[in-house]
Amino acid sequence: MTTIEPVPVLEPQRQRRSFADGLRNALPKIVLAPSFAVILVFVYGFILWTVYLSFTTSRILPVYKWGGFDAYFRLWSQPNWYVAMQNLAIFGVLYIGICIILGLGIAILMDQRIRAEGLLRPIFLYPMALSFVVTGTAWKWFLNPGLGLENTMHNLGWTSFKFDWLVNPKMAIYTVVIAGVWQASGFVMAMFLAGLRGIDGEIIKAAQIDGASTVSIYRRIIIPLLRPVFLSAFIVLAHMAIKSYDLVIALTGGGPGNATELPSTFMYSYTFTRNQMNVGSASAVMMLMGITAIIVPYLYSELRERKQ
Amino acid sequence: MSATQETVSAGGARTARYFIYAALIILALVYLLPLYVMLSTSLKSLDEIRGGDMLALPRDPSVAAWVRAWGEACIGVSCVGIKGYFWNSIKMVVPAVLISTLLGALNGYVLTKWRFPGHKLMFGMMLFACFIPFQAVLIPMARVLGTFGLSNSTTGLVIVHVIYGLGFTTLFFRNYYEAFPDELVKAAMIDGAGFFRIFWRILLPSSGPIIVVTIIYQFTNIWNDFLFGVSFSSGTSSPMTVALNNLVASSTGVKEYNVDMAAAVFAALPTLFVYVVAGRYFVRGLMAGAVKG
Repeated sequence: MTTIEPVPVLEPQRQRRSFADGLRNALPKIVLAPSFAVILVFVYGFILWTVYLSFTTSRILPVYKWGGFDAYFRLWSQPNWYVAMQNLAIFGVLYIGICIILGLGIAILMDQRIRAEGLLRPIFLYPMALSFVVTGTAWKWFLNPGLGLENTMHNLGWTSFKFDWLVNPKMAIYTVVIAGVWQASGFVMAMFLAGLRGIDGEIIKAAQIDGASTVSIYRRIIIPLLRPVFLSAFIVLAHMAIKSYDLVIALTGGGPGNATELPSTFMYSYTFTRNQMNVGSASAVMMLMGITAIIVPYLYSELRERKQ
Repeated sequence: MSATQETVSAGGARTARYFIYAALIILALVYLLPLYVMLSTSLKSLDEIRGGDMLALPRDPSVAAWVRAWGEACIGVSCVGIKGYFWNSIKMVVPAVLISTLLGALNGYVLTKWRFPGHKLMFGMMLFACFIPFQAVLIPMARVLGTFGLSNSTTGLVIVHVIYGLGFTTLFFRNYYEAFPDELVKAAMIDGAGFFRIFWRILLPSSGPIIVVTIIYQFTNIWNDFLFGVSFSSGTSSPMTVALNNLVASSTGVKEYNVDMAAAVFAALPTLFVYVVAGRYFVRGLMAGAVKG
C-alpha cells in the first residue's frame, strides 16, 4: 500500500512531484491510518495479549510467567465450564431455533396483505431497542414466582398452576431463552419480511396457475428462496448467543447457584472475582474461536460475492 | 406475492383471514405484555403490588416510584437515585456517537473513493473487529485504562466505545459510499477540489440517511451496553445500565418492585424514544449490521 491511484486524468498536471503533491497523495492514507492503527492495537493486539495471558500463570493480576497449557487443562477440568458449555448449547439451539421459526411464522402472517401492518410491525420489533438489562429486569419481574405470572394464573382461577423456573436450577436457563426470544424474534421477523418482499411475484403466480396450494407454494417455492435470510439470521443469532452476557446477569445473575452459567459469565467471574485470570483468558480464547468459526467463513463469502 | 385468496373458496378464505388476524393480534399482545407490566407496576404502590394482580391496571396511578427511582433510590451505599447515572450515560453516549460516526464517515470515504492496494484486507480486518466477543479484549483494556488513569471515568468509556464502534460505523459508510457515483468525485477532482473539499461538499451533503442510521445504531448500542460499563467503571461513575442492574440485584431492605420498574423505564426511555421517532432508520441500521451486502 504505497501508491494511490485516484484519477489518471490528473496526470498531465502533475509532472513535477513536489512535497505538497506527495502530501496530497498520502492524505487519504493519513486519514485512515489512525482508525486502522487503533483497530490493530486494540483489537488484534489485545487478542494476542489475551491469548498470551492464557498461557501464563496469572491469577489476580497479569503476570507474564509461562505456564504452558496449564490454564486450558484447568479450564476443561472445571465442572463449571461444562455447565457453561451445556447451557450455551441449550440456549443457543433453542434461542436460534425458536427465533427463526417464530420470526418466519410472523413474517408469513404479516405478508398476507394485512391491514394494520404499519401498526403491528413496530410492536414486534420494539424489544430490540431495549437494553438486555431492561429486558432481564422486566422478565425477572414478569416471571417472579410469587407475584408474577404464577400469581396471575392463580387469580384467574388456575390454582394448580406452578411456574418457578426462575428459581428452579433445572429450568432457569429456559427463562433466559424466553426473554432472549422475546427480544430478538421481531428482528428476525423483519429480516424474513424483507426477504419475502424481495421475491418475484411472477414465480408465485405461475405456481398458482399450475394449481399449487398455498401451503405447498410456501413449502416448495418461497421458503427455499429465503435461504440467504436463514443464513443471515443464523449468523446474527449465533453471534448474539455466544456473546450473551447482560441478559443472564440481569435475569438470573447466573444462578440459582451456577445453573445459568454461560461462557461469558464464566469468563467474567473467573477473571475479575475468582482470581484465575489465566483460566478466564483461556475461556475468552475459546469464545473467540467459536465466533471466528462462525463469522469468518460468512464474511469471506459475503465479501467475495460483492466482487462479482 | 401475497395473493393467496384466489385459490381458496370464498368462505375458507374469510376463515383463514380471521385466523391470521387473531393470531397476529394475540402475538402482538404477548409482545406488548412485558412493557405493559413494567409500566403499570411502576405506577402502583407496593401494597397494591403485593396484594393485587400483575396484569391489573393501577387502581390509583402515582408517579411516586418514578420520583423515588430518579432521586432517592439506593444504589450501593448512596441513596440519591439513578439521575447521576443517567447523566453519566448521556455524557458517555454523545461524544462516543459523534466521534465514531465522523471517523466512520471518513474511513468509508477513503475505502471507496481513494482506494489503494490492500484496502480490501484493511476493510476485512475492520469488519471482523465488529464481531469479536469483547471478552477477548477485556483484560488488556482494563490494564491500559488503569495505566492511563482512565478507569472509572466517562472519558475511558468514551474511548472504549469509539474504538469498538469504529468497525460498524466504517461498514455503514463504506457500503453507502460504494453506491455513490465515482463520476461526481472525479469531476470534482478535475475541477481541482481536494480530499476534504470533495468529502465536505459532495459526499457529506448526500449522506443524510446513512448518518441518521449510524447515529441511531451507535446510540442504541452504546446506551444499552453493559459489559464495558460493568468492567471499566464502578460506584458513581457507572452508566445507567450498570446502575439499574445494581439497583435490581441489591438484596438489602424491602424489595421495591415499583421503583425497580420505574428505573427500568428510565433506562429504556431514550432508546424507545429514538425507536418511536425514527423506527425506519433503526431497522435499516440493524439490517445493515446483519446483512453485509
